[in-house]
Amino acid sequence: MGSTGTEQKLMLKIAEPVYTQVRKHGEETYPHECCGVLLGKAFEEGNEVKEAIRAGNTRTDSAHNRYHIAPQELISIQRQARDRDLDIVGFYHSHPDHPARWSPTDFNEAHWLGCSYVITSVEAGVAAQTNSFFLAGTGEEDKRFEDQAIQVRPERC
Amino acid sequence: MKIHIPTPLRQFAAKQATVTVPASTVGEALDALTSTHPELKKHLYSEDGRLRAFVNVYLNDEDIRYLSDKENTAVKDGDSLSIIPSIAGGKEDKTWQL
Repeated sequence: MGSTGTEQKLMLKIAEPVYTQVRKHGEETYPHECCGVLLGKAFEEGNEVKEAIRAGNTRTDSAHNRYHIAPQELISIQRQARDRDLDIVGFYHSHPDHPARWSPTDFNEAHWLGCSYVITSVEAGVAAQTNSFFLAGTGEEDKRFEDQAIQVRPERC
Repeated sequence: MKIHIPTPLRQFAAKQATVTVPASTVGEALDALTSTHPELKKHLYSEDGRLRAFVNVYLNDEDIRYLSDKENTAVKDGDSLSIIPSIAGGKEDKTWQL
């Protein structure tokens, strides 16, 4: 049990409109990084996203290559999730003119075990690849990113 | 008072999203939480006993690090504590060497 991650955990299900919204956000903030929170439910077979909530990037000093979500904003988003009987199951951000792979900074700053970290590369202002990485492990000592397939569903199921 | 547990730490808190503890200060509330769910302790605190740098604890809408009385701040029944690990990252710097 727990979120150590198995092959079966490695699927991120997301409704098409939400997926599109996440990718669009990265185009809108280009050449800066966008960021947001994914609300949904965690199941044995993976995380299912019902909604994406946009967040502000507080790293205005270095928004082309860094993002940070204010804790106050996260608390308010967590409250919204509770009201809708959903959980925070992941986060997304964009990599302007950079591959959709996690960076050492992404890894060092990732602390939400069992959550999905979705990264969209935005090339010259257009969303290209979107990948998801599942933060597996039981703590800071053994945490690791595992590739997570994204299943885009036509509509809410 | 209520303590809201973030998704990744629920597995160490009997899978609960919210834990209710009797407490008159922020510190008492956190102590009550970690004595009921001892596994949470190493996820919240570093070895020197301080809150881990990436763990934010908010009393209602205020970071407890910035409260004048810090963990000795008095709490009422209707207050809530939220534990929120930080969210940050970003693409690699061109100068960053793996």
